[in-house]
Order: sequence, then C-alpha cells, then structure tokens
Amino acid sequence: MNLNFLDFEQPIAELEAKIEELRYVGSDNEINISEEIQRLQTKSRELTESIFANLKSAQIAQLARHPQRPYFLDYVARIFTDFEELHGDRAFADDAAIVGGMARLEGRPVMLIGQQKGRDTKEKVRRNFGMPRPEGYRKAKRLMEMAEKFKLPILTFIDTPGAYPGVDAEERGQSEAIARNLYVMAALKTPIVSTVIGEGGSGGALAIGVCDRLMMLEYSTYSVISPEGCASILWKSAEKAPEAAEAMGLTAPRLKELGLVDFIINEPLGGAHRDPDATAAAVKTALIESLERLETIPIDKLLDQRYERLMKYGNYNE
Amino acid sequence: MNWFSKLLPSRIRTETSTKKSIPEGLWDKCTACGAVLYRAEIERNLYVCPKCDHHMRVGARWRLDHFLDPEGRIEIGENLKPVDALKFRDLKKYKDRLHQAQKATGENDALVVMQGQLKQIPVVAAAFEFRFMGGSMGSVVGERFVRGVDRAIELRAPLICFSASGGARMQEALFSLMQMAKTSAALARLGRHGVPFISVMTDPTMGGVSASLAMLGDINVAEPNALIGFAGPRVIEQTVRETLPEGFQRSEFLLEHGAIDLIIDRREMRDRLARLLAMMTHKPTP
Repeated sequence: MNLNFLDFEQPIAELEAKIEELRYVGSDNEINISEEIQRLQTKSRELTESIFANLKSAQIAQLARHPQRPYFLDYVARIFTDFEELHGDRAFADDAAIVGGMARLEGRPVMLIGQQKGRDTKEKVRRNFGMPRPEGYRKAKRLMEMAEKFKLPILTFIDTPGAYPGVDAEERGQSEAIARNLYVMAALKTPIVSTVIGEGGSGGALAIGVCDRLMMLEYSTYSVISPEGCASILWKSAEKAPEAAEAMGLTAPRLKELGLVDFIINEPLGGAHRDPDATAAAVKTALIESLERLETIPIDKLLDQRYERLMKYGNYNE
Repeated sequence: MNWFSKLLPSRIRTETSTKKSIPEGLWDKCTACGAVLYRAEIERNLYVCPKCDHHMRVGARWRLDHFLDPEGRIEIGENLKPVDALKFRDLKKYKDRLHQAQKATGENDALVVMQGQLKQIPVVAAAFEFRFMGGSMGSVVGERFVRGVDRAIELRAPLICFSASGGARMQEALFSLMQMAKTSAALARLGRHGVPFISVMTDPTMGGVSASLAMLGDINVAEPNALIGFAGPRVIEQTVRETLPEGFQRSEFLLEHGAIDLIIDRREMRDRLARLLAMMTHKPTP
C-alpha cells in the first residue's frame, strides 16, 4: 500500500518499506520471518504513535491537505443512503467545487452541502481544487433555503483552501455570495451542523459554516487565512508558514480550547486516510449525536442560541 | 547632509533639512493627478481633488464629523478596547502593533460608531479607520458594529456604514473570521426589524469586510473609483497569471457587474443618502 508519506513521516515510511521487503523475501523463501515482520509492525505502530503525539501545527496543516485524505463525497458514500445530488444556482452555472443534495442518515432525510476537491488531475481541475465560485455559494444557499422549507436538518462539510480568487469570481460577486450566506444561515429555521473534514480556509469555508454545532476532525484546520498567505503578509515570506500556522492556532484542539469549536472527532492512528471507513464511522456517530441533541430544542430557542453564540465571538476589554 | 550643515547647531539644522519645495501644512498634492492644491481648499472640498475629482482617503472621525449633523451625536462602544488574547507575534507583537496604531490614529480600534442625525433624520453611522491596521476587522470592530446595529433597532433609526478595510485582522486569527458571521447575523436581525441599512464602500473595501457587512446593504453605495473586492488584485494576478483589466475591482466595474446600486460623489453623500432614507422610512424629503 502506498500511503504517500509526508516528510515528517519518513521514519515510518522507511520501516514500512522494510516490512514490504521482508514480505517479498518471505513469499520467495521458506524461511519463517513472520516473527520479524510482526516485530517491525509493532515498532512501526509505536513510532507512528510517538510522532503523531507531538505534531506541530504546520504538520497538521499538511495532514489536512493530504492527497489521500477522504473528501466530502467519500464520506457521503460511507455515511448516507439515497443520496441525490442537486445541481445549479438557477442563475448562472453549476459549480462542481460545492456539492449539495438530499440523502438519508439512518433513515432520516437531511440536506448535505460540502466543498469537494478532486483526486486526480482532471478531477482536481473540474472541482477547481475545492475553491468555490459565487455560483457554488448561491447553489448552497438555494439548497439550504429548501431544507428550511421542508424542515430538513442541514449538514455541511468544510474542505476548501478558500473561495476562488479569480477574475470571473470577482465579476459575479464573490464577496456578496459569501456575505449573503452568512446573513441567511444566521436565521435559517432548521438545525445546522458543520464539520471541518480537511482545510477550513477563511471566508470560503465560513460561507457554509454558520451553524448550531461546529465539529472538526482531529487533523483538520480552520483559519482566517492560509499559513502561507499569513506568512507572506506578516512575515513578508511564505517560507515562514510554519511559524504562521503556530501563531494562528488553526488546529482542532487549540480552537476547542478557545471555545470556537464544539467537538473534535478523533481520527485513526496516522490520520483519516489510513482508515477512511473508521473515520467515516466516527463522523457518522458524531452527526447522529449532534442531530439528536439539536432536534430536542424548539426551533425558536435554537435560533436564539445560534444568535447568542455568534454574538459571543470575540475578545475585548471594556 | 553636507559639511556645512554638520557644523550647524541641531535646531538650525532641522529647519534647513526639512525645508521642502512647498511649505508644510499649507499646500498638498493630489495623489492621483499631482495637482498642487491649497490644503484649506481640499478640506473645504471634502478631500476630493477639485481638479480631477479623485476621492482621497479620509479618517473615520473626520468622515462622521462631516456626514452627521453637528447636533446630538453620541458615540457608541467607545470604551471597548482590543486585547491580544492569542499572544500573537509575527515580526512584531500584536500588542505593539496595537499601541503603534493607537498612537498614530488616536483611536483605540478601527471602527468608530455614532448615533446622530442626518439632515434631522435620526441615524446610526459607523466608519472604518483605515490607518488603524488597514481598517482590519477584529473583535472590537465586530462588537462595535453589533452595538451600532442594536442601537439602530432600539431607535428604529437607519444604519449607515462607511467601510475602508483590508479585511479580517490576521492577528486575531479565527476570532476575526467569526466577526464576519457575527456582523452579518446582526444585519439579518436589523433586516427582520425593517430598519434600513445603507453600506457605503470607500477605498479600499476588501476581503472579510467586503464579504460580510459591506455587501449586505439594502442599498450598496460606493465612492468613485474605490477598490472593492474579495481577493486582492495581487493574489488574483498570481492565480490567473495574467495582468488584470483596467479598472478591475473599481466602483465603476462593480456597478457595471451589478454588485452595487450607486456611485455617489462624497460632496453629494449627505443629500442623496438623506433623500433615499427619507423615502425608505416614509418621511418627507429633507
């Protein structure tokens, strides 16, 4: 299995390569080396545990963008049934960087919205690397308003480097599209649960992230600007991205500590891509629990709570 | 500095070395057309160049001072002060950047909000101070804005906001991003109460401010030739790898693409906003 190891995982990669080699030799020869393989596997697991116990923010940012990390549709396939994708903003186009549609979660109908990245080059381009244009946000708004009309809870999945910074996006009002979603979501009369599954990149993420309950996968990130962007503005050099990542505190545990995130969904050892099924199962459990909790609250009270929650964001002296 | 000025006592030296071609304080140059202008005349003209109509950037307090009627002004949220909750440090400490900005502007954060009157219509007006860390939106800006909204609802008085901002304040990290959601939610509440909001975008209105409160006006107005957009022109140029068209992300471009209702010259701002607000609130023409 090619796990596509990141730089800080190189010691694990070397061990795994050794194990593969032994397996190859083992199948060729009659010498019993299974004991040796087992020993090395234990060592590999321990090494992974120790490396992953002390990850730096910049390393977590790498994991959040891991090329094999499960994307929105990988979770849809594992968690929901009856998924029907619904397309288009009814005004300009269908943006493939945002996917939306209805599905069932353990039988109950829900509205799903999420940013979608592509796996291979062609798909990456089609999905615009998960960077939505205004029509994507407007499609999301249309589907969320429909969910309100038919009393479907909304589950959003955040995974974007940010809203697309392009000429066409500006021409069609990227700012307004994002702002309008913030405005609308603040008062939608249906429960909203948002889960950051990869990169939570700035306003482009928040535009589907105003919610009653915010969850983050253990190795996802959420920040006001990318570490590279922050570093090139404040440090005048994109190479200072690791420092910027640390300073901004974009990881799940740090954001939970600051009271900005409600719940962290643990990932399998080595990250979500090592075991997408187990990760999806954990996400599913967390979503069901969240909905059960939110659905006991009368809708007016839920909206008051959502408003209070938004008003509480911030630190100042008076 | 030549050998002669080195010999002079320092007081005299300062005088000769700061000597400029035009006396400091009396004359100024238009940053757009380069015309040399009499400073009192520029100010009388509301910092619009009398030669080329270029709208120069103005401070928040000056803006409100020249927008509101002189009577009955009450500042809102002036006691709110920023804190460095994250102990953020880039090349400088956030704390030091704040001190520096406070010293340079005399403000303690980048938004000034006031209750007052516009041609006798009770209003709440807010203005961004661009010189305060690029008018960036952090917790204090968000909270002051919300308090302005609350006051507007309480008085059933229209809200007007003059934005001038580079976007979210990075030094407050995710807290600053959340100000986008906070201010937008407050505007949604204002809307449910049927109280008008006019957003006036001035040069520049970018990033998180444009992608939240600034684009949410019942009426979106811009001053002429203001830079308004989500992503900065340099970021876009790096993404698309081509030079941007002339006038891209300027007020006139936004008007053409349907993002704003009107472009209003600063010298007409009071009259025309008062006229619009009077219609929106069923009052006689002021």
